[in-house]
This record gives sequence, C-alpha cells and structure tokens, in this order.
Amino acid sequence: MATVKDRAPGPADSGLNDDIGENKRLQLYRTQVTIREAEQRAFDLFLQNLVKGTSHLSLGQEAVAAGFAGAMIKGDLSFCTYRGHAHTLARGVPVEKVLGELMQRDNGLMRGKGGSMHLTSVEHGVMGSYAIIGAHLPIACGAAWRAQYKGAKDVSVCFFGDGTTNIGAFHEALNFAAVWKLPVIFVCENNLYMEYTPIADVTAVEHPAADRASAYGLERIVIDGNDADAVYRTAKTAYDKARAGNGPSLIECMTYRHSGHSRADPAKYRPEGELERWKQRDPIKIYRERLLQFGVAEKVIADIDASVRKVVDDATEACKAAPNPPLDIITTDVYADGGWAWRN
Amino acid sequence: MAELTYRDAVARGIAQEMARDPDVVFLGEDVAKAGGVFKSTVGLLEQFGPLRVRDTPISEQAIMGAAMGAAMTGLKPIAEIMFSDFFAVCFDYIANEFPKSRYMSNGQVKCPLVVRTGNGAGSRFGAQHSQSVENWCMMIPGLKVVAPSTPLDVIGLLAAAVRDPDPVIFLEHKSLYATKGEVPDGEIVDTLGTAKIVRPGKDCTIIALALMVSRALEAAEKLKAEHGVDCEVIDVRSLVPLDTQTILGSVAKTHRLFTVEENPRLCGWGAEIVSIVADEAFYDLDGPPVRITTPHIPLPAADILEDAVLPTPDRIVDTVRRSLGS
Repeated sequence: MATVKDRAPGPADSGLNDDIGENKRLQLYRTQVTIREAEQRAFDLFLQNLVKGTSHLSLGQEAVAAGFAGAMIKGDLSFCTYRGHAHTLARGVPVEKVLGELMQRDNGLMRGKGGSMHLTSVEHGVMGSYAIIGAHLPIACGAAWRAQYKGAKDVSVCFFGDGTTNIGAFHEALNFAAVWKLPVIFVCENNLYMEYTPIADVTAVEHPAADRASAYGLERIVIDGNDADAVYRTAKTAYDKARAGNGPSLIECMTYRHSGHSRADPAKYRPEGELERWKQRDPIKIYRERLLQFGVAEKVIADIDASVRKVVDDATEACKAAPNPPLDIITTDVYADGGWAWRN
Repeated sequence: MAELTYRDAVARGIAQEMARDPDVVFLGEDVAKAGGVFKSTVGLLEQFGPLRVRDTPISEQAIMGAAMGAAMTGLKPIAEIMFSDFFAVCFDYIANEFPKSRYMSNGQVKCPLVVRTGNGAGSRFGAQHSQSVENWCMMIPGLKVVAPSTPLDVIGLLAAAVRDPDPVIFLEHKSLYATKGEVPDGEIVDTLGTAKIVRPGKDCTIIALALMVSRALEAAEKLKAEHGVDCEVIDVRSLVPLDTQTILGSVAKTHRLFTVEENPRLCGWGAEIVSIVADEAFYDLDGPPVRITTPHIPLPAADILEDAVLPTPDRIVDTVRRSLGS
C-alpha cells in the first residue's frame, strides 16, 4: 500500500489519475457537501437552542468519511465515535433522521433515546457511535471475527480520533486484530487536537496511530485526510486486503476540524493562522478544484450544491415540525422483550 | 443420572450449547489449550475446534468488546473473564456498552452474550482475586445476573443464559468448583429469573446465593436440630431478573427475613431484597429483616482472616437465634 507522507498544507496534488471515475467522484463530492451542509446546519440550530445536549462536528474532516464510505460495499460495517454524524451521513442515512436525533425529536434516528453521540442505523451498516474513547475498537474486532468465522466478506471499519491512540483499548484491539488476522480497518482521524490539548503535547511519537503500527506488525500508513481521492484509494486497498483474508490495517488520516471540539467551543487554544492555513486545504475546496480539473462542468457542481442545500433545508423544516418523543418510549427496549422489567 | 462436579458442569453446559448451535463461540484467557485456569473448560477445544474455542491475549477489554461485536452481528458468544475482580479493567463494556446499546439505538442493536467468570472467596487469594462482585453487575439496567450454586444449576442456567437474547453475567463460585451434585442425562435447560426454595420451613426465611446457599442450609439443619427453629432456605440464583414472588410468598408464610450475602455490606443484593420486602410486605413481618454479610472491608488473604469475615453457618445460626429470641 502506498504510504503518503503527510505534509504542511499545500495545493491539492492527488494527480489526474482517473482510476476513480466521474460517477464515483461526483458521489464523493455530494457526500462531502452533504456532511458540510448538515454539520453547518447543526451548528446553526445549536446556536438557536434547537440542537440540544452536545454535538461534535466534523466540519473540515468530510473527506475521511466520504472516502472510506465511498469505497465500502453493502454489508460493510461502520463503527463511529461521538464525532460520528459525518460517518453516519456518509453511509446514506437521511439528513432528517440525523438532524432529528440532534434536535431530540420523535423523527430522529433513535427517537431521541441515543442523542448526538450515539447515532446508529443498523440497516445502513452504521453499527453505533460510541462515546467512551476506545470502546468501539474491540467491538469492531468482534464484528470482524463474526465475518471471519462465518466466511462472510464484509469488512468492519472503525473510526476514531487521535486522542484514542493513548487509551488501552486501542492497543488491546490492534494486537487482538493482528493476532487473529481480522478483517477490520482502524481509521485514525488525526485532527491535531484531542479536546483542547494538542495530541503532540501528550504523545511520545509524531504520528500517534501510524508510529504505533509496527508494534502490531502492521504497515505504517499516513495519508492526506483532506483529499477524498487519496482516502478513497487507501480505503479500497485496505478493504481488498481485509476481504482477501490478509488481516487488519491501521490508517492515520491527517486532517483538521474547522470548529471547536464540541458545542460552541471557540477553539481559542489554536495558534493564530493555523485554521486559515488549513482552510486553504479545505477538503471541499480541494474537491471542487479536482472536479473542474477533470472537466466536470461548473453547473453540475452547482446543481449538487443546490440539491444538497434543499435536502438539508427540507430536513430542517421537517425536524422543526416534528413532535417530541412520547414519554411511553422511556421504558422500551431496555431488554430484548421490549420492556424494562427486572423482577416479577 | 451421574454425579458431576460444578467444574465439569461448566464444560458440559458450554458443550451442550455449542453442540446445539453453531453460532455459539467461546473465548477467553487460557480457556482453549489449557482448559481454563480452574480446569472448567477442559475438552472444549478438542470437541469444537480452534475456530469456536479461542485463547485470547490478556486483554479483557478486547475479550469483552469482541464478544459484543460478535453478538451484535449474529453470533452467541460466551466470554470468560478469569476472575470477576478483573471486571474492573473492562467495566466499560459491563456498565456502558452491553447494557445500553439496545436502549440507545431504540432497539436496533442486540447483544446476546454471556460473560462467565470466577467469583467469590475461599481460595486465600487476597483482595483482588476473591471478591463477590454481583452487586457491581446488579446495579446496571440492561444486564441479567445469574449465580448458580449446584452443578445442575450451572448447566441449566448456563443454557438459559446462552439462549437468552440479553447480555448475561454468569458468576461461577470458585469455592464451588470442586463440589459435586447429581445431574440427569440429556439436555438440561433452566429458566432465568426463578428462585428455588431449597429447604421448606415455617419459622423464618433465609435467602442466599452461590456459596452461601450450602452454608444457609447447614445453618438451617443446625437450627432445626439444636434449637427447634424451622427455616425456609431460598437460593436466589438469578439477581436480575429477580424472582420477588417466591421471596414475598415465603415471607408471607414465615414472617421473618434473613439474607446471607458474601459481598461487602454496602449496596449488597440483600439490601434490595430487604427494601422490596419492607415496601411490599411490611405487615407480613414480625420483626426487622436482618442482613448477614461480609463486613465492608477488602478481603484479607490469610485463611484464618478470610474465614473470619465470610458468613459461616455458625454466624447464621447465632444471628437467627438472637433475632428470633430462641
């Protein structure tokens, strides 16, 4: 697998290698724009007090979600963190379902029982968003173990942030997956910050995920996480390897979140100019340029932008009009019998 | 009918379920080639092969997470955590992941798995390998919690746990592994959430779990023979779901309640039972309910010290006599 050295922000340079094709590129673009618009809307709705609780946005990290989801096939499984809106949307979960959950309405993905940090849509292969750092890496291993045991060809893909690389479950899962040769892909979205503290300040190695790969006999892979084509190509190679029975991959995607860690965090801990430099490498800006380079008409791009905007607008209105969840769901689905009885 | 040890009953119960359902898989530390550190899983690797019976690294979070991921996607895993004390290093799965995934996903995610573990004192292992942690598990909505006291119950409740669609914590008592009991031939399947009256009586109700059941029975025989007190002894077996009807029915008959708990005192399961009885059967009681527990201390290692802190038949006899004034 090609190892792309990460670099300081510079121009998009993935090249005019048309191994991806226009249809896939337009899909990757649409996914990124959908995430951008939905996340921006979530932020606006939060400021209006319509998104309640907390929310962790992926503004600026859209290419990772789009690239990995774009290379999946039906049946592949996504395991996300609380910063999971992007990965949920990227699997095709309707915007209304996601915004509805963020707004804690009855039309939400889990009718308000899970909230922003736990988006789950089993029918779309989104096997949950986990809010305890590291918890889902072993869980993804288990889903991959099932595939291996059953001879199924699906791959489990587990997304997490740079901060996860310093928790025990990360290391337990990597060793476990490597020893059992499981069809699982570990994707670290390195956005340079945990919550407020730079990952570099608290980590012994430069690349918190990739520099640990050798400890588990895995290849060191660092890629440009803001270039959806680079992400897509890397994902495809890793999925092929997993499906062929050749075990797990650990991929570190260099990216940057344009917003704060959560809610209205203004991210004042970032040095001056850093955000602006990364915005020069905004994944959506990069991808628009890429499409133009490949001869896609401006109108085609504008039509995608407009249609996504309409989807998000319609979803917003539907969510605003949706009722609150009824109180009678408070006690449903604690146990498999549908109820909550712990005694006779 | 055959006489079987509690230890061999574990292997038989797992084998019964693995033979029945190819989706039942088993993982844990030293469980396959070594047959378990308590030798309770001997022969399973040979019978079911390395794809279904798997040794893991010493990675309790990986064991628990892998069991959950497999359960979510269609398998019926049995995971072993060698000592229940080690729940503390993988408690996220017990407290946050297994029991909440169904609820948070509004019923989309299932988690049909069993975690087996060696629980309880008597081996002189000290404070980090001897605890009774049933109360750690009982307090979490979404889990089921079972603790068998006989070889027969090991097989029947383990089968019920494997077939149950919810996550079940299955607490085997380390000091019971060598005990023996009669077990019929053929398939054995019990029902979760059912307590068992193991000795009928009319003067008081003694409720016990796991190792404490045999001690309560011994105390009951002594109380009858030496003091003319006729105790009813109930083996709770399943803390969640809890068979309160059997308990309330017994208290309505005997009018006195004692619980015998190996766990440290605060928030022990007996407190919940006493609370239920106080709420719902207060006027059936002729005297205060009494909890007999291990004191609220870490467990000491030395045999003479450990023996002094766990409830014993003599302590049960003394406590019942003093409370009943007999």
